[in-house]
Amino acid sequence: MEEIISMSYGSGGKKTSKLIEESILPSLGNYELNKLGDGAVVKLEEDYIAFSTDSFVVNPYFFPGGDIGKLSVCGTVNDLLMCGSIPKYLSLSLIIEEGFKRCELDKIINSISKTAEKAAALVVTGDTKVVERGHGNGIYINTAGIGKVISSASLGKERIEIGDVVITSGTIGNHGISIMCARENFLENNIFSDCACLNEVTAEILKYGKEVKLLRDPTRGGIATTLNEFCENMNFSIELEESSIPVDEEVQAACELFGIDPLYSANEGKVIAVVSQSISDELLSDLQKLELGKNARKIGVISDFMPGKVILKGKYSGKKILDKLSYDMLPRIC
Amino acid sequence: MCLAVPLKLISKENNIGIGEFKGIKQRIRLDFVPDVKVDNYVMVHAGFAMQIVDSKILEEISSLFSEIRQTK
Amino acid sequence: MIGECERLIQKINSLKLNKKLNIMEVCGTHTMAISKFGLRSSLKNINFISGPGCPVCVTAEQYIDYIYNLSLKEKVIIATFGDMLRVPGTKADINLENAAAKGASIKIVYSSFDALKLAEENSNRIVVFLGIGFETTAPSTAFVIREAKLKGIDNFKVLSIHKRMEPVMVTLLKDKNFDMDGFLCPGHVAMVIGEDGFSFLKKYSVPSVIAGFEVKDILKAVCKIADMHNSKKYEVVNCYKYVVKEKNLTAVNLIEEVFEEKMDIWRGIGFIENSGLKIKEKYSMQNIETTFPVEFKNSTSRCKCGEVLKGIICPNECKLFGKVCTPVNPAGPCMVSSEGSCAAYYKYDFQ
Repeated sequence: MEEIISMSYGSGGKKTSKLIEESILPSLGNYELNKLGDGAVVKLEEDYIAFSTDSFVVNPYFFPGGDIGKLSVCGTVNDLLMCGSIPKYLSLSLIIEEGFKRCELDKIINSISKTAEKAAALVVTGDTKVVERGHGNGIYINTAGIGKVISSASLGKERIEIGDVVITSGTIGNHGISIMCARENFLENNIFSDCACLNEVTAEILKYGKEVKLLRDPTRGGIATTLNEFCENMNFSIELEESSIPVDEEVQAACELFGIDPLYSANEGKVIAVVSQSISDELLSDLQKLELGKNARKIGVISDFMPGKVILKGKYSGKKILDKLSYDMLPRIC
Repeated sequence: MCLAVPLKLISKENNIGIGEFKGIKQRIRLDFVPDVKVDNYVMVHAGFAMQIVDSKILEEISSLFSEIRQTK
Repeated sequence: MIGECERLIQKINSLKLNKKLNIMEVCGTHTMAISKFGLRSSLKNINFISGPGCPVCVTAEQYIDYIYNLSLKEKVIIATFGDMLRVPGTKADINLENAAAKGASIKIVYSSFDALKLAEENSNRIVVFLGIGFETTAPSTAFVIREAKLKGIDNFKVLSIHKRMEPVMVTLLKDKNFDMDGFLCPGHVAMVIGEDGFSFLKKYSVPSVIAGFEVKDILKAVCKIADMHNSKKYEVVNCYKYVVKEKNLTAVNLIEEVFEEKMDIWRGIGFIENSGLKIKEKYSMQNIETTFPVEFKNSTSRCKCGEVLKGIICPNECKLFGKVCTPVNPAGPCMVSSEGSCAAYYKYDFQ
């Protein structure tokens, strides 16, 4: 019979130990995690530390381009990178629903391991809980992480100046549409999530030191929401050039089919950067040499047109305000 | 009202077909276009093909769209 | 090709007109397209008025309350297009999203056929499909009603809130305060009912163009309306010929087979004769209203959407605008639709 996770796996007793020994340590084990202490003690010297946490509830847990495990590492690693830090250590909390298949759990843990390795981050502490059937959605994951801030990085909204340039590291909207189509079985073929750790891309950008003003990975709500967060309550506006925003043809097609605007569709492997105009061309050229940066583009500028707002300049010279997303995006017919 | 998109019919079996649109494939109902043939273009609304359309004009519109969204 | 659109915009902007032209579109997808292409700001001498063309937004509050209550009944699954999820009923918090939070089973479907499949896969539940839309969508609802009867899928029911284009347009045209210089007619409704489906407009002497939804389609249609206005030739012209031809007989016949016209209530406007589609008696088994009739109490809304929709007043002339009625707490269709007149005014002009 296929092994499933029952309540006793979360009790903290023998079955929990067995789960950790058989599923978690072989994949994720290291000098600190193997101690299985209450927390991890790691050395930091006298540096600024970035600290971030995120929870992952995505359904389906396996989707084209990744799974909830990969996502849980990319999400926190990328958040630490956006703080201008090098991700070092992660915590991992699993909340598993009674009845979840052991083999699927193992797959997810394996994915976490591979992704953390690629990101050069160590999982040093964790927790496992099992909840009664019907009280979870299969599996929920929380990760938290700390990273060492790069001394040359100086990031913040207050550093943004009129004339600065807005760059994307690649095509937008992939993850949100991928999940929607996978969950609802809308299509006969797959659209892939862009889920990826952005270490290399961010390192390339941060080579430009103080010319880099702000970084963000535009997750839920898409780039429209992220850019609104940049200029909310600030004295500048962001003017986007619609025809410059790169969108994969398949993503665009699915968006048209279901009435979704790709600007509001989530991304899990992209950076939006605000940088000085003087280095923007050179930076783009550098990014375009990387696999994850090959579609990097300049998409807009910082101006004083309508402070606090994001303005989308359409192909036919019409300008309009681009709001942030209020609700989840849903397919429409109207 | 109402979102409808042109898809190219790439296969059909009785009243169900697979339509293709810029690389994505969708299962569609063909009950309202009984004369449709494979390789025809159809306007699809809410999963149902509602009209067969002229492919030449569609290619024109398609290329305009690609121009707007093209990664430069 | 892009040059052609820019040329059309320039042409429209340099037209010699005696006034700014009021052009009404009666299609949610046109409303979205005009906004998406930024045409309000790039066409300087055109006033786009958003008419009652979003079938979701003109669904009466009482229907939303009914659906909300139905969804909370045990064993019921509501299958609906995504558009319906956040439309408010008689109170702001009566909507399907909140019903789901309270434990209702709400399933978003892309097609009526998915709803029928859902019923087949959940034989111990009652699946109620919300049939919303104009004549473009009515055929696909009619199809699943007939299929359910043929295959004996007895746990599949439909609530028909489908509406017809002609009666609401005539209601607008008969209002003596209605002053419109042209109509953009919904191209996909015409795809089903044929170009002749809009010939009723001829006798009202308003230039009307059946238009598609790409930017070039809309611009060509606006040019045509302006030409007709200047030459005082009031016709109904089909500018979407590659999609709109004669009516789709299969679709139209199926609508007639399954539905009959009824008086229906439009949010913000009121009752309009023959404007709704009711499921015929022979399909009463598939009609949820047979088991759970809809009751209408008179609405006491002070919302002035009816007049905004007719282009008679500006959104800010409605007492509710910006105070009680906002995009987060919409009262009427003009604010429910994210691109409706009031929502657009709130976003672009009000702040």
